[in-house]
Amino acid sequence: MTQNSDPIIQIRGVTKNYGKVTAVDNVSLDIRAGEFFVLLGPSGCGKTTLLRMIAGFEVPTEGQIWIDGQDMSRVPPNKRPVNMVFQSYAVFPHMSVADNVAYGMKIAGVDRAEREERVRAALDLVKLGGFDARMPDQMSGGQRQRVALARSLVMRPKVLLLDEPLSALDAKLRAQMQFELSDLQDQVGITFVTVTHDQDEALSMASRVAVINKGEVSQLATPSDLYEYPANRFVADFVGSVNIFEGKLTVDEKDKAVVDCPQIGKIYMDHGVTGPHEGAVWAAIRPEKITLHKPGLGKAVAAAAKDAPEGHNFARGTIKGMSYLGDITLFEIALESGAIMRVSRPNLSRTDQEDFTWDDKVSMHWNSASPVVLLG
Amino acid sequence: MAEQDWKQQKRPFAAVSTLPLLWTLLFFLLPMGFVWFYSFGRNAGLTEIDIVGTLDNYKRATEWLYLGIFLKSLAVAALVTLICLIVGFPVAMAITFVSEKWRPWLLLGIMLPFWTNLLIRTYALMIVLGQQGYANQGLEALWSGASWLKTLIGLQPLSTWEPAPLLYNNFAVVLGLVYVHLPFMVLPLYSALDRLDKSLIEASLDLGAGHFRTLMKIIVPLAAPGIIAGVMITLIPALGAYLTPDLMGGTDSQMIANVIERQFKRANDWPFGAALSFLLIYAMFILIAMQGLRKKPGGDAR
Repeated sequence: MTQNSDPIIQIRGVTKNYGKVTAVDNVSLDIRAGEFFVLLGPSGCGKTTLLRMIAGFEVPTEGQIWIDGQDMSRVPPNKRPVNMVFQSYAVFPHMSVADNVAYGMKIAGVDRAEREERVRAALDLVKLGGFDARMPDQMSGGQRQRVALARSLVMRPKVLLLDEPLSALDAKLRAQMQFELSDLQDQVGITFVTVTHDQDEALSMASRVAVINKGEVSQLATPSDLYEYPANRFVADFVGSVNIFEGKLTVDEKDKAVVDCPQIGKIYMDHGVTGPHEGAVWAAIRPEKITLHKPGLGKAVAAAAKDAPEGHNFARGTIKGMSYLGDITLFEIALESGAIMRVSRPNLSRTDQEDFTWDDKVSMHWNSASPVVLLG
Repeated sequence: MAEQDWKQQKRPFAAVSTLPLLWTLLFFLLPMGFVWFYSFGRNAGLTEIDIVGTLDNYKRATEWLYLGIFLKSLAVAALVTLICLIVGFPVAMAITFVSEKWRPWLLLGIMLPFWTNLLIRTYALMIVLGQQGYANQGLEALWSGASWLKTLIGLQPLSTWEPAPLLYNNFAVVLGLVYVHLPFMVLPLYSALDRLDKSLIEASLDLGAGHFRTLMKIIVPLAAPGIIAGVMITLIPALGAYLTPDLMGGTDSQMIANVIERQFKRANDWPFGAALSFLLIYAMFILIAMQGLRKKPGGDAR
């Protein structure tokens, strides 16, 4: 990826109020040139408002947005070096594909020969070569989105903004477009800023993700850091699936920590906690990082003891729910304390899903590298 | 399996639509047919009409005297439609873009006159525009104010105020017709603009277009069905307007409907009145057909 560390977009203390409602609350972040940046959050968290402020359709109540070293406070949307792909695609229904793509260039005064050349190149880029004369109502949703992409990319913006670009596509097409968007971004080298509520989308495409919650940045990290080292319970829960148990931090050293959770027992992990912590903390373990064992604690205890002191990192329970998803099976296991533990198990052979069933007593263990401590 | 496709349910629909269709046939098409036959007839006595298949009535109707009035009516109706479009488009835009809270009130403001009896509305407007109406009173106040200002700086006062002739002329007819027909224009425009995806406007701005270009290249073309509907729905009734020119017009501002009225009543020349009426109806058919031809099936709206 062609990436250097100069921020192309600097968001400085941006707040947006609608009457008494604060949609975006004092957000500051930098987006680097050439990166694929994703704003991820549940609906109504303010991520779209933030994107629309970058595009210029909304004006911040407080704070500034700088694009390529220029304060955008007084710059209207039609004068900003960014282009947007709208959630509804907003392809002009009364213009052919070629006219749609050429629209911005006509306004910019690009001469006819260059315009035609660039329209062709842009349509080739999004794999719509030969569709010039088509009208939008003769195209599928996926094709219309490509028109919208071509129409924006042909303007050679410094930043391309995408508002929920894949939400209207069916599952197969969405997965394909995730790869294509990443490829496209690699090819054109333009900074992409995407808004999505879909964590899979964010993890698969982004170079960095800002998780937005209630108008604030909850965590800004690479996809793998976000998943493996969530900063707080909101991020851990929103990105992926997770088991969270409240407890007390009883050991905290440079290379180890123990959280004593009344609901499940002692959880040992191979890293210390950095940062202030008073009172309750939370231990989080992802379902796929837990191993199930047949009844009898022996195996689980032995497996846990490989990298943790005795009496840590195992639990026992009863299978209360199962859902077979083909590649994996999800289990809901009622612990002795009554708490529910979610475990996923890959079906490595054709008969693996027959190993466990409802109401089986099971034990489980996890490695010391699996859990994380959450302070907030 | 029970048939759920409504298109397959012919009988209940036939049952409910037969009566209204018969009604239309009996009380609209049939009498109109009589009038149509009258237009080929001849007066034979005070109340009798012979249908003799003559085209004399049409010949007379296309004489310059009547054709002139007809063309003038068309011009007045076209002018009224144009003014309604120019005034109505920004109004419809305003209703579309105003916040949800205000929209019903603005729509009500447009609809309210629409729900009031035409006669009452017309007389009310006449009170406003009369010699002593408050339009003239307001103008007079401005006039005397200007006159007073002139004397203040030591100039000659203005001449004495003559009430402006706001009533009983062509101006009054056009004003009255615009007033009456504006809701007919605004409502289809509003419905077309309301359906327009607002992100299309944002996309145009995003691609570098200014507001005026966005209006001309995106909003107006996409509102075209609403514009055409508004024009038709304004032009046709304006062309046949009777009450407004009758009450607000002067001697030179009669429209074709007033002429027709005179044939049926004072002149008691039903065959000629029928011919004039059908000339108007033919003109409307042509207008409607022109609209129908515009959108050919399969053609794109480029």
